[in-house]
Amino acid sequence: MAAIARRGRTSFTILMLGIPLSPYVIFVLSPYAQSFYISLTKWSGFTATKTWVGFANYNKLLHDSVFWTSLRHNALALVLVPVATIALALFFASMLNVGGRRGRAGIHGVRGSAVYKVIYFFPSILSIAVIGVLWSFVYDSTDNGLLNGALRAFGLGGPVDWLGNPGSAFYAILVVMVWVSVGFYVVLFTAAMGAIPHELYEAALIDGANRWDTFWRLTLPLLWDSIQVAVIFIGIQALDLFGLVSTMSAAGGAGGPDNSTQVVSNYLYQSAFKYGQFGYASAMGVALFILTLLLAAVTFRLSRRERVEG
Amino acid sequence: MDNRLPLTRRSFLHRGAVTGVALGSASAIAGCATSGGGGNKSVGHKSVTSNNPFGVKADAPLAVDVFKGGDGDAFARYDVTMYQAKFPKAQVAYRADPGIEAILQKAFVQGKPPDVGPTTSDFINLIADHQVTDLAGLLDAPAFDTPDKTVRQTLLPHTVETGTYDKATYVLNYNSEVFGNWYSKPLFDKHGWEYPKTWDEMIALCATIKKAGVAPWTFQGKYPGYTLSPILTMAAKAGGPEVLTSIDSLEPNAWKADSVISAATAFQEIVTKKYILPGSAGLTHTQSQLYWTQGKAAFIPCGSWLENEMSTITPKGFGMVLGPTPSLSSSDKMPFEAIQAGPAGGWIVPAQAANKYGGYEFLRIMLSRKASTEYSKLTHSLTTVQGYADELSISSGFDSSRDAIRVAGANAVTWRFGAWYPQLETAVENATGELMAGRIDAGQWATRCQKGADAIAKDSSVKKYTD
Repeated sequence: MAAIARRGRTSFTILMLGIPLSPYVIFVLSPYAQSFYISLTKWSGFTATKTWVGFANYNKLLHDSVFWTSLRHNALALVLVPVATIALALFFASMLNVGGRRGRAGIHGVRGSAVYKVIYFFPSILSIAVIGVLWSFVYDSTDNGLLNGALRAFGLGGPVDWLGNPGSAFYAILVVMVWVSVGFYVVLFTAAMGAIPHELYEAALIDGANRWDTFWRLTLPLLWDSIQVAVIFIGIQALDLFGLVSTMSAAGGAGGPDNSTQVVSNYLYQSAFKYGQFGYASAMGVALFILTLLLAAVTFRLSRRERVEG
Repeated sequence: MDNRLPLTRRSFLHRGAVTGVALGSASAIAGCATSGGGGNKSVGHKSVTSNNPFGVKADAPLAVDVFKGGDGDAFARYDVTMYQAKFPKAQVAYRADPGIEAILQKAFVQGKPPDVGPTTSDFINLIADHQVTDLAGLLDAPAFDTPDKTVRQTLLPHTVETGTYDKATYVLNYNSEVFGNWYSKPLFDKHGWEYPKTWDEMIALCATIKKAGVAPWTFQGKYPGYTLSPILTMAAKAGGPEVLTSIDSLEPNAWKADSVISAATAFQEIVTKKYILPGSAGLTHTQSQLYWTQGKAAFIPCGSWLENEMSTITPKGFGMVLGPTPSLSSSDKMPFEAIQAGPAGGWIVPAQAANKYGGYEFLRIMLSRKASTEYSKLTHSLTTVQGYADELSISSGFDSSRDAIRVAGANAVTWRFGAWYPQLETAVENATGELMAGRIDAGQWATRCQKGADAIAKDSSVKKYTD
């Protein structure tokens, strides 16, 4: 009897776990497993059969200079985008929430902070493709462009080919990436700041702390957890960058000029859908997947150490 | 963003223009990609008559897929009504979509492709995988409404040949596109400017235009394929069409031929002599074409789709017309009238189609004079059918494209390396972008293009094609 009951319980457990887990297995794990498999084949993307090639695609990756260029750009984005985004978001969030010094009592944001909060969030609700097209017009390389028009209005010289010049193109795209992301993190940090007791700020004020001290000694330490989450999020976004590069880069979204804005995700797309090398593209996808996992692991490890020290 | 059929433009200009939906990691491309596919037996071939040369079963359903781009799909719906007028009992499953490529890819993997559909941007792989049928039967069937001629005999030169891979014609190119330098006729008449016949005259005219306060040129700098076209056309005029054949055949030093380097040097002059709208190197096709229709620049290189693409924003009375790329010198091997013209916008009948004879019949209907005329009226573009448009007057751009193809006759040139070797296309476009930004000279440009060609030539995993 007891054995039957136990078996009944086991199958019940398996059933109850299986129902919620199966969509995860079908829609998340299985595609990953399939891409690992595809990365070991030569496949044009149009047939039901694939040719097994072992690790040939990975070997080719190691010797593909465009892949390494793309990876370098991803690494650059990985350093610059989180630093710039989080610094700006922290600045804006603290000004909006606790930065006000209007000579009246209490803790509040700067004048009009409610309006700013909404405006900062605007880019987050736009589609990335719309943003790419929009900014392509801002960066219009003739005098008609918004940016070049402003340069000319201030007498700062002739039109700059923001997206057409290998020296500036990638940075121009990174600026947009930061512009897109900041709003979301302002909201995230605002929420986190809401959880900081007002008494702490009031105490700091009474002690005569200025905004700078308040930020460094009070806000930042208490926001540390949220910042670490933000670093992981935006790091993963910086490893992607597909939307912006494919809508904004020269050579028809192919990471131009001359691969100077090429990133792994865009090169992956090109390899699969332009060159018909789905196997090779999957190998790139797997490489990107491993890098993303490493990034998350490293960030978590660093944050754990931080907590021990704190 | 892209205003027109990217496949058409792509196979013509050899540039990739797939503005993709955001696609991030490996999981996205895997999808359900490893599911199996099954075979289908085609129906038809019962009673072959001259009116029904493929013996299409009158009640067999037909599946038609259409790319719905800037040209819309009204023309294809018209073709469907013609098909249904002939086979009233046939159900037509019609699908028109801007994202037809992704739909088709899935259909091919599942083994359930349509009976007739557009080529995808990497269709070369479909051919390598034996997924499309040889269209010889269609080409040798009697034409739909041209008496005593086969379909093949009604087509413009190069149409069959550009759809032929390894001696079998797998692709039927439906659009006849011609590439040249566009200008506003009324603007030129007003200033008394004459379209130049040689490059020296062009450079002299550029100085005059600049003095009048107009930038002589602009170009679609972000898509370097547009400027590659006048360069290679000029090279073919100077050195003869063999120049292009050797480039297509990946011959050693094909890109370093004198005529190719001289043409690149000449065309780069519009940049080095500052005869361009400043900043052109960073413009998309939409931006540069907009400035051109606003009169900020006099010339722009483009294909015959330009008029339709810009139709909603071109000012009334702009009167755009196209001229052939000027001759490089008086010792050119081809006449001034020689022009890059070629079939594009391919259609295929999949090998696993359930009703492939219906697919052939649909294409035969598309290639009728009646359907072609309707196509031109709807899209201001030409089909690859000969002569149907001779009496048709639609607009300045359409009429000038048609006349350019007519006077060029056998002197129409085209090249195919971009469709055959997409990676070489990317290498050449990157180099051309650098050339037209003035960052490298013609010699360095040729070296880089040749390096791309050599890499393909020695890569045994890439399937090779010949003209």
